[in-house]
Amino acid sequence: MRRSREPFLWALFSGGGMLAALFLPAAILILWVAAPLGWVDLTVYDTFAGLVRHPAARLALFGFVSLALFHWAHRFRYTLYDGLQLYHLNDLIATLTYGSAAVLSLAAGVILIIL
Amino acid sequence: MTEPVTFEIQRYRPEVEDEPTWESFEVPCRPEWMILDALNHIKDHVDGSLSYRWACRMGVCGSCGMLVNGEPVLTCATYVTSVLPGTVRVEPLRGFPVIRDLVGDITDFVRKLERVKPWIVRESEKPLEEGEYLQTPEDLGEYKQYSMCINCMLCYSACPIYELEPDFLGPAVIALAQRYNLDSRDEGSQERMDILSRQEGIWSCTFVGECSTVCPKNVDPAGAIQRYKVTATVDWFKSLLMPWAGR
Amino acid sequence: MGGPVNPGDTRHHPRWYRRRIPIFWWLGKVSYTRFIIRELTSLAVGYAALVLVLQVWCLARGPESYDRFVSWLQLRPVVALHIVVLGVLVYHSATWLSLAPKALVLRLAGRRLPGAVVLSMHYAGWLVASAAVLWLLLAG
Repeated sequence: MRRSREPFLWALFSGGGMLAALFLPAAILILWVAAPLGWVDLTVYDTFAGLVRHPAARLALFGFVSLALFHWAHRFRYTLYDGLQLYHLNDLIATLTYGSAAVLSLAAGVILIIL
Repeated sequence: MTEPVTFEIQRYRPEVEDEPTWESFEVPCRPEWMILDALNHIKDHVDGSLSYRWACRMGVCGSCGMLVNGEPVLTCATYVTSVLPGTVRVEPLRGFPVIRDLVGDITDFVRKLERVKPWIVRESEKPLEEGEYLQTPEDLGEYKQYSMCINCMLCYSACPIYELEPDFLGPAVIALAQRYNLDSRDEGSQERMDILSRQEGIWSCTFVGECSTVCPKNVDPAGAIQRYKVTATVDWFKSLLMPWAGR
Repeated sequence: MGGPVNPGDTRHHPRWYRRRIPIFWWLGKVSYTRFIIRELTSLAVGYAALVLVLQVWCLARGPESYDRFVSWLQLRPVVALHIVVLGVLVYHSATWLSLAPKALVLRLAGRRLPGAVVLSMHYAGWLVASAAVLWLLLAG
């Protein structure tokens, strides 16, 4: 069955990688660098506190977060595997990386449901 | 008009040594010499026991690939002057077990190449009287780039994954599989997919990209592998969503 | 590993040499190091995604909760960390968008679009997406 799961994992990896490449730098620049340093004045709370409760926003956020996590899992799995030559630990590494991505996605999903 | 250049050459003589050693040669190089000319000079005038492969001297046969100052190159197509100043270090291609001096064992590559059926596979041949299988220039353009591969294995030497995971099919084999997959006359793509879509097929590749950088024929094996990942993924989702469609 | 590929050949070639791969093989060549850095950008992607969820969570829980999150964001070490994260994310975007076109074959009216066109489309997409994010956060 090793053969059949790779395309699926690669699709998650690619989707997450693409979304992160397109949207993350701008979002992080504004939210975590420019705003805390006072370069811009954000009214995030007033504007978004209600907006994030919208089902579409929850769904979009969940999609983004879980894909980004599986992007991490897939890349990090191969980084450990090839970068540190841990071939004998292939199954363990795969279980830990994809497992963490799944658990964290689930946690994010729960958070986004109970908002 | 010659210039003395110091060559550090990796020697491995299994009958006398357990590990490769370095041997230094001073070679009076002419400005128009390639690395291969300098090696031939050593073999002809200094040490006839130096072993390496070469044949065509014009970048077509693909047999004279070696590491020069750590970079995989065709020694017949690399000017000595292009790697100066300094000493010139010549080693056998990486990733292949060394048999002697600069000669590696390429059996693994040849076996893998056979496995992906690098020829036109037909379910049935059409009768001779119906004539040739015609192709438009666009049809040719689909695969022509991949058909430029000369099996020199520089891409294998550049690929860290191939050395790390000896089961990996490797860049040139996948590019050559694509050369036939994308040929309008070919009907063997499904048979090849069974080999290519395994873990040790395309999925071992993490897109380091060095295979395409070193390719002397601009085949772009890295691109071929990424394209095939898309193909295999689309195929996977298709067979998941439409299992009745069959393969 | 170590031996000949075909065990039957051993008789004729008793001692193949195969080098031991250094543990830190990716430090041996600049392009390999760049590759491993590219792969490690995934840590920043995972981190950013998770903390964004926390930010949204705090946002939904009320103004005090969100204020606490904002004051955490303003801590100097946290700002420093996030500047590094931002740099790594930009590296991810730049490498990802330069490589993704290799996997894509796009056709227009039956003709394959040249790689440079597909590449510029990806970068244009980055520009548009970034502008959309800026607009959403700043003007929204």
